[in-house]
Amino acid sequence: MKIKKSIAVSASGLIFNPDTGESFTVNPMGAEIINYLKEDKSQQEIATHVIEKYNVDTSSFEKDYEDYIGLLSNYSLVEND
Amino acid sequence: MEKLRYERPVIKRLETEMPNKFGSRIERTPKTHIDGVPVQDLIAKYGSPLFVISEKTIRSTYKKVKKAFTMRYPKVQFAWSYKTNYLDAVCNIYHQEGSWAEVVSGFEYDKAIKNGVSGKKIIFNGPDKTTEDLHKAIVNDSLIHIDHLDEFYTIVELSEKLGRRSRVAIRVNMDTGVYPIWDRFGFNYENGQAWDALNKIMASGKMDLVGLHCHIGTYMLSPSAYGVAARKLTDLALGLKRRYNHDVKYIDLGGGFPSRNTLKGAYLPGTDTTPSFEDFAEEISSALLNAEYPTDNLPLLILETGRALIDEAGYLLGTVISNKRSSTGKRTTIVDIGINLLFTSFWYDHKITPAQEFSQYTEETTIYGPLCMNIDVIRENVVLPLLNKGDQFVIHHVGAYNMSQWMQFINLRPKIVLIGMGDKVHVIRENETMEVFNSLEKIPEHLKRFDL
Repeated sequence: MKIKKSIAVSASGLIFNPDTGESFTVNPMGAEIINYLKEDKSQQEIATHVIEKYNVDTSSFEKDYEDYIGLLSNYSLVEND
Repeated sequence: MEKLRYERPVIKRLETEMPNKFGSRIERTPKTHIDGVPVQDLIAKYGSPLFVISEKTIRSTYKKVKKAFTMRYPKVQFAWSYKTNYLDAVCNIYHQEGSWAEVVSGFEYDKAIKNGVSGKKIIFNGPDKTTEDLHKAIVNDSLIHIDHLDEFYTIVELSEKLGRRSRVAIRVNMDTGVYPIWDRFGFNYENGQAWDALNKIMASGKMDLVGLHCHIGTYMLSPSAYGVAARKLTDLALGLKRRYNHDVKYIDLGGGFPSRNTLKGAYLPGTDTTPSFEDFAEEISSALLNAEYPTDNLPLLILETGRALIDEAGYLLGTVISNKRSSTGKRTTIVDIGINLLFTSFWYDHKITPAQEFSQYTEETTIYGPLCMNIDVIRENVVLPLLNKGDQFVIHHVGAYNMSQWMQFINLRPKIVLIGMGDKVHVIRENETMEVFNSLEKIPEHLKRFDL
């Protein structure tokens, strides 16, 4: 899963998709995941980072991650592998 | 190293929609404590869901309402509406504050007697008073508010049989400019039914006509309707004086004042639209003081306010079971509070607040209860912070009706606790158990065994 190269992400969590002209906001966790995706990290690597850093268990994060990726995909912000 | 608080990732598309000058209503402050007691501790000790009642709020609201009326009219008496919340502990707070009891069934009547209320200070309303109920009420000298003529004739018979006069009033229904008119209870003012009933009572010789009663509706947002009602009851009272030289002792304007909950479909929150108690008191007092009652013989003003006195003292604590998405991608949240516990969610958009700190990020969600029923919806659309499984929340203004209209359905009903005037927590109703529930059931002998 990769974020489209054309997508612009600001430090404050504002996202702009030049292909569609749409803008989005994300919360800090949403921004962190997008940054990991931009670094080509896998789901497993992202989960390891997040679980080490935050108070969340593996299954809860997996559920939230999949839900979030579903939204990114729905908004055409990712390229499928 | 202590881990950081996790918030699930969220993305929101920025959309330009129709402007809304009021903005969307988002609860910015978590409700972490009720009267100084942590919500987290309450749930840990007493379970989730949990009803919590604040004695402090009950007493302060009562004093505020009483002051609004007694500052404007010299003779005021409140009667606690049992059906609004008939937990004994709650009723007794109102009785300690000086409220009489207002009941609408034999069950409620017996509860009031058991609580120690003198029969003389029980107002018996409602269309379903059995002969046995009326017998008790006559013997105890209670105030019987006659709803229909069948009841009138039963009281005549009982009074003859017992050789006792009964103390009665009639319930009057009327056009106050608020529609639909509640005309199913009592006798109509405009078409003359009320006068017919009054003439029958005066002619019977078996009863003392002590008062006139009305209850014009519920969640009434128009104080002027109470002014109309007070004037119409006054017209009957002064008519009785002219025709029979008879003074009624009291005018009972019932209840129906709104709480500050928000009605479904309302554009603005109830906190912004509900008239103050002073508005209602002003209308009613002006109508009575401007009438032709002799100043040394004003009737007692009785009020049977329920909802407005207790709604804000009640909280319902719950826990998030799961987050899901609907077929359209809309966020949905399942919680452990169903409509069987929160009957008022059918007509209110209840305020819901998380019980823990949260960030400024929010999402629109539908709050579903845990019942396996499609209609189990607590809020159809609400903007809330990002709640996770296990997060706790508080539903506000649930003190009226929910603890008397709740249903045992699918799950057993939870505990109810009262936070006293300090911060001591008292269990005032235990949670139901399988044992309690099953104790009412009986299995016929031939249905006790089966082979599968």
